[in-house]
Amino acid sequence: MSSFDQSDAISVVAAPAGATPAAWRPNWKAIGVLLAAFGVLPFVANDYWLNAMLIPFLVLALAGLGLNLLTGFAGQASLGAGALMSVGAFASYNFLLRLPALPLPLSLALGGVAAAAVGLVFGLPSLRIKGFYLLASTLGAQFFVEWAFTKYEWFSNYASSGSISAPHLALFGRDLSSPVGRYLITVSTVVALTWISLNLVRSQAGLAWTAIRDMDTAAAVIGIPVVRTKLTAFVVSSFILGIAGALWAFAYLGTADAHSFGIDRSFQILFIIIIGGLGSIAGSYIGAAFILVLPILLDRAMLGVFGSVIDTGLLENLQKIIFGSLIIFLLIREPRGLTAYVTRLLRPRPAR
Amino acid sequence: MSTRREGRHAVEYVQLPHYPQSRRRLGSLVMPFARLYTRRYTRRAVVAAVAFAAALAAPPVFAQSAPEQYLPLLTYRVGPYAPSGISIWAGFLDTVRYFNEVEGGVDGVKIVTEECETGWLAEKGVECYERLKGGKNGSPAPLMLPSSAPISYALTDKVVADKIPMITVNYGRTEATDGATFPWNFPIMLTFYSQASGIINFIAQKEGGFDKLKGKKIVTLYHDSAYGRETIAPLALLAKEYGFEDIEIPNPHPGNEQSAQWQQIREAKPDWVYLRGWGIQTPVAIKTAARVGFPANHIIGDIWSSSEDDVIPAGDAAKGYLAVTTYPAGTDFPIHKKLKEYVLDKGKSDLKDLSRFGTVYYNAGVVEAIITIEALRTAYAKFGAKPINGEQARYGIEHLNIDEKRLEELGVKGLLQPLKLSCSDHEGGGALRVQQWDGKKWTPVSDWIQADRATLRPLIDEKAAAYAKEKGVTPRDCSHES
Repeated sequence: MSSFDQSDAISVVAAPAGATPAAWRPNWKAIGVLLAAFGVLPFVANDYWLNAMLIPFLVLALAGLGLNLLTGFAGQASLGAGALMSVGAFASYNFLLRLPALPLPLSLALGGVAAAAVGLVFGLPSLRIKGFYLLASTLGAQFFVEWAFTKYEWFSNYASSGSISAPHLALFGRDLSSPVGRYLITVSTVVALTWISLNLVRSQAGLAWTAIRDMDTAAAVIGIPVVRTKLTAFVVSSFILGIAGALWAFAYLGTADAHSFGIDRSFQILFIIIIGGLGSIAGSYIGAAFILVLPILLDRAMLGVFGSVIDTGLLENLQKIIFGSLIIFLLIREPRGLTAYVTRLLRPRPAR
Repeated sequence: MSTRREGRHAVEYVQLPHYPQSRRRLGSLVMPFARLYTRRYTRRAVVAAVAFAAALAAPPVFAQSAPEQYLPLLTYRVGPYAPSGISIWAGFLDTVRYFNEVEGGVDGVKIVTEECETGWLAEKGVECYERLKGGKNGSPAPLMLPSSAPISYALTDKVVADKIPMITVNYGRTEATDGATFPWNFPIMLTFYSQASGIINFIAQKEGGFDKLKGKKIVTLYHDSAYGRETIAPLALLAKEYGFEDIEIPNPHPGNEQSAQWQQIREAKPDWVYLRGWGIQTPVAIKTAARVGFPANHIIGDIWSSSEDDVIPAGDAAKGYLAVTTYPAGTDFPIHKKLKEYVLDKGKSDLKDLSRFGTVYYNAGVVEAIITIEALRTAYAKFGAKPINGEQARYGIEHLNIDEKRLEELGVKGLLQPLKLSCSDHEGGGALRVQQWDGKKWTPVSDWIQADRATLRPLIDEKAAAYAKEKGVTPRDCSHES
């Protein structure tokens, strides 16, 4: 469990210890990020940046955030992230399709609620088992959901191919199906959920999660309700994952089927938080950027250098080797993930 | 992990608030950069990043002598489907090279291809699509060949917005045949519906007429997925029409154990088995069939169970196995003679293993290239022989008309079927050939068998109408398209 001993967790504990709330000061970092996200990027980014980089990056970061709350903060390992994204996608699709009167954000949220309900059911084993055993039981969710969406065609509205496609995306009568529109849906959702998560992990509930993570027996002894706390972690995490799934299907790819959120997706999201940093909100973002954006940059750079001499298949395999070695190198340099590495680089060294 | 380091962090974190605010702020602004520079590793990283950026910004080499048509290709040379992909793209690129170098391009326009590796995956496909859709060196991207079902689904809405036609040969949405609802989707040649109908027509031929189908039992053993389910509706319809018994048996992915399914088949005593496999499923099915004593020459594989890679692993059990195809294997078609003389023998082939020349997948690439080239040629005839954009290419595809005479001229008679597309018909073909595996190679055992497309069309229209309703698409009026 030592890998969970994050400086963030300490800061979370340390903050309330300060007791006297400091006078409100503008958080320049947050303002800068928001300004860039809403004021600059929609105007300067072209289709390629929006469709191929920013939207998938934000959605994966959100999914990472969802899983991080469960695995990084509450210490419950899970390989069911893909399944919950899938539930979110199919549920929002059906809400949008069958209740067209609902506004888009509400349908997304209801998709999240459906995923939360499923997450609650698949979270029940966590009350009895831990670690690798729990990991294996969450695999059940993965297979069950894939099977259910293939078997019951009602979920995909009897499409002959079994895949669902993005319904008309609109809010208050404004069409949001352009790349900028889809980016704005994504970024607003991601910002809102990140803000909620940031506050959540500093709240009583979040502290209870970290307490359970660090030692559940001790947590129970000091009066933290273990059952409820574990299940809330599953519910909140699944809610966010569900919304991420819906965004993946509608704002990013425009389509999904039962197999789009397979076991590979679950692993991808787990890697995002392991590489980014378990138990760190920023880690989800850094991890998503590493997993998604770096290979693309690598690909483009290598095409620029070797494109004319080496065929694309070989080039792709070379990139995989480079990318893999980078992961190993970084995890050796900083086993606690990229966030810890970056923080270590940026933080002033203590005076000796 | 060193506990000392952790301890240091913890102390530091608690201490931070006691730092003088102003100095801390200034420090936190300047120090990171200062330290970044002094760090050996980070300095190296900066150098690498600059090299990266330089590579990204490297200007493309221009060669503006003759008009050149840019053609983006989404390929998969890595990943689980790489073996088929490598052959397909070799066939495609060899054919394009032949036209460029021997025939002086398409009506004088050279085709310049650019590949982007997708690994068959939707998200990589979207990235590649966005990267390539803008065209290159002044030539727009005329059309997209996603070469993957998941990618084609992900691009369905995007190609509408970007006005770039998307060609999906032998896969993709069946209902996209209705070009009124799907103006930019082209499931050219053979949809899964047509395939089901073609198979039934082949069986009728073998049995001696449609009236002989009455009372026959036909089992469809399908990959239990979206792809596998596509033929359930058309087969149910055809069973009603011809009076055969339609038995549908699902086969869960990946299908490396099929004893239960074949036991069920043995008990049903069917006359024919239509095998809709995928990957490992096909050879396992053939082997299991041999074990339960079902004759291989009464199993008909579908288009994705029809390559050398599907039968070789089954060994002797596959002798006599039948499979449908729209690009039969073989090296005796006239175009293969040209390819061999001008491309392979000159060492210019994209194939690394020359023994794959003329395999089913290599020929699939040849056929896709011919369809693409002829579509461009049709558009050039209308808009002039110069690089065209998506809308012009769509005109070319919708007016594509490869008749018997043209097949003869191209040297692909028997390899490719006649194709005639229109605004309301984006499939344009609907014929298949059946080939048989003799243990070493495929031999065609039927001529082109036309699917009964008129019977199936109402089903397609129904699905298209449902899609239009769901997505709020207003179908265009095809009677006004010239």
